[in-house]
Amino acid sequence: MTKVKGKFGRFGGQFVPETLMTALLELEEAYEQYKHDESFQQELHYYLKNYVGRETPLYFAERLTEHCGGAKIYLKREDLNHTGAHKINNALGQALLAKRMGKTKIVAETGAGQHGVATATACALLNMECIVFMGAEDVKRQALNVFRMELLGTKVVAVDKGSRTLKDAVNEALRYWATNVETTHYILGSAMGPHPFPTIVRDFQRVIGDETKKQIIGKENRLPDAVVACIGGGSNSIGMFYPFVENQEVALYGVEAAGKGFETGKHAAAINGGKTGVLHGAYMYLLQDDDGFVQEAHSISAGLDYPGVGPEHCYLYETGRAQYVMATDEEALAAVKLLCQTEGILPALESAHAVYYATELAKTMNQDQIIVVCLSGRGDKDVHTIFDALGGDLS
Amino acid sequence: MSQLTEAIVEATRLGHKAFIPYIMAGDGGLDTLKPTILKLQQLGVTAIEVGIPFTDPVADGPTIEEAAVRALAKGTTLRKVLETLASFADEITVPLVAMTYLNPILAYGIDAFAKDAYEAGIRGVIIPDMPLEESTIVHPSLKAYGVDLVQLVSLTSTPERIEKLTKASEGFIYAVTVNGITGARSTFEGDLESHFKKIQSYTDTPVLAGFGISTPEQVKQFGTFTSGVIVGSKIVDSLAKDDWDTIESLVKASKVQIL
Repeated sequence: MTKVKGKFGRFGGQFVPETLMTALLELEEAYEQYKHDESFQQELHYYLKNYVGRETPLYFAERLTEHCGGAKIYLKREDLNHTGAHKINNALGQALLAKRMGKTKIVAETGAGQHGVATATACALLNMECIVFMGAEDVKRQALNVFRMELLGTKVVAVDKGSRTLKDAVNEALRYWATNVETTHYILGSAMGPHPFPTIVRDFQRVIGDETKKQIIGKENRLPDAVVACIGGGSNSIGMFYPFVENQEVALYGVEAAGKGFETGKHAAAINGGKTGVLHGAYMYLLQDDDGFVQEAHSISAGLDYPGVGPEHCYLYETGRAQYVMATDEEALAAVKLLCQTEGILPALESAHAVYYATELAKTMNQDQIIVVCLSGRGDKDVHTIFDALGGDLS
Repeated sequence: MSQLTEAIVEATRLGHKAFIPYIMAGDGGLDTLKPTILKLQQLGVTAIEVGIPFTDPVADGPTIEEAAVRALAKGTTLRKVLETLASFADEITVPLVAMTYLNPILAYGIDAFAKDAYEAGIRGVIIPDMPLEESTIVHPSLKAYGVDLVQLVSLTSTPERIEKLTKASEGFIYAVTVNGITGARSTFEGDLESHFKKIQSYTDTPVLAGFGISTPEQVKQFGTFTSGVIVGSKIVDSLAKDDWDTIESLVKASKVQIL
């Protein structure tokens, strides 16, 4: 039979309608070509440096470290990227790729709005038409990001179906892509979906881990003991982890959203709480019931509110190379406050899950050990949600 | 020749075209499944495509998605659909074709599904989110129980893919008439006739057209260069309104002698 490609162990694959198969094969071929094309890589590098503002700092969080009283905590400041999160690395990379493929239109999904804003930004920059699907619930939670996308010239469509969050936005983006496949490229925002997306997104995000590796060696003359990142679909985490996978001495921790508490069932922890299944083109861990129906994910952070997880993470989990832990809404909020008050940094609610776990981990480690946290985004977009959750009360 | 293929060939031998209506199991409650199927076979349909509702039907347009939402709200599951069908399997005279997304089959257990599906009268399966490349996970079990795995061919499929898909498809070839998702269309683009003739040139297995077909005229139009049609959204819509006249007129259009 046909050879098995695009798999990470038993995970991944291309579970899409036939209408999209030719587009995926074209994309795979184009990506293989441009991945090794010097002028493409130069163009990408030019924009990452001069437009996005890379490289981003690896910052020693001294007061946070003191507060925890254990391992040294470094923050990889993806929040300082143009548009406020790591999402621009991938959006820009894929938009440049689409342009070279001769596509004139872009479709994307977004949860928190960060990927939508990043894609809208890349499309404005490269003069491409852009349409973004966003769950109606998220449109409400992230109203300012919606307006921001519209300012950038993007059409935002609220998806009033299913759980009205990220998963439903992906469904609608896939439908739109299938209908307009000849002119349109789909910029998938996370390291998920059908092959070759998980690989493309990882490759455009691995700049996070590659820089971190170089920077930590420059500062500490050694690799970190642990690397921590939050997991929704898993793009910032796979970008951070990937260059470290070969370094067995570096422990990798992915932090899933435990929502209102893992035991309540209201969470988004696909690896900790899911079973394997197929959604959005990939075989992966998935929140589902006994009949195979996909369940709604729950998290205070829209960006983690997804019932699946990228196939490469499933593989890293199953091989034991990375560990997948959890933080609740409440713990993430506590981390938001802590990072604001010790370091003057307002993290995105997504990233706050990683910050929380890192502070707990640091307490169990020695002062000569090192943790790197991927601070994947800034929290400006979440101020309203945080205000509501804390009732405006900081006491 | 499989039972499903035979039913289609029989329709064309009589000078008709095959007509396969799509229904959403559990829309209106599972107790409507039996009367609906019995009435459709009485109208002379060739086979019946039984849709299994799914939470994330990415290949479907609004009409079928909304029907799925209604069916799910009534507690419809793949297991309950198969149990219901099995309860009157001896009264089913046309082959049934299940259309289900892959995940409910994986949750059910692939081998158990193939066995129970056959016992429920299902002779073919369409899995819209499983392209040929991934089909090795379910094909051996389906084959073992004599259930055809129907492949979809799209307008975007390259000539090499069309050849591979048509050769692999069992029962019939489901040729998609539009880019995108299920649901009524007023017009169709491109030279569909030569596209369909090309598909048929690779195989003796009958080629049926589906997606977007919603009027008796379109049934006749597609009948001129295919072995028949599948009508989905229009049937689902008509059943929800209990409008059997529309359904009857669609079935009749497939029975008009076509030269």
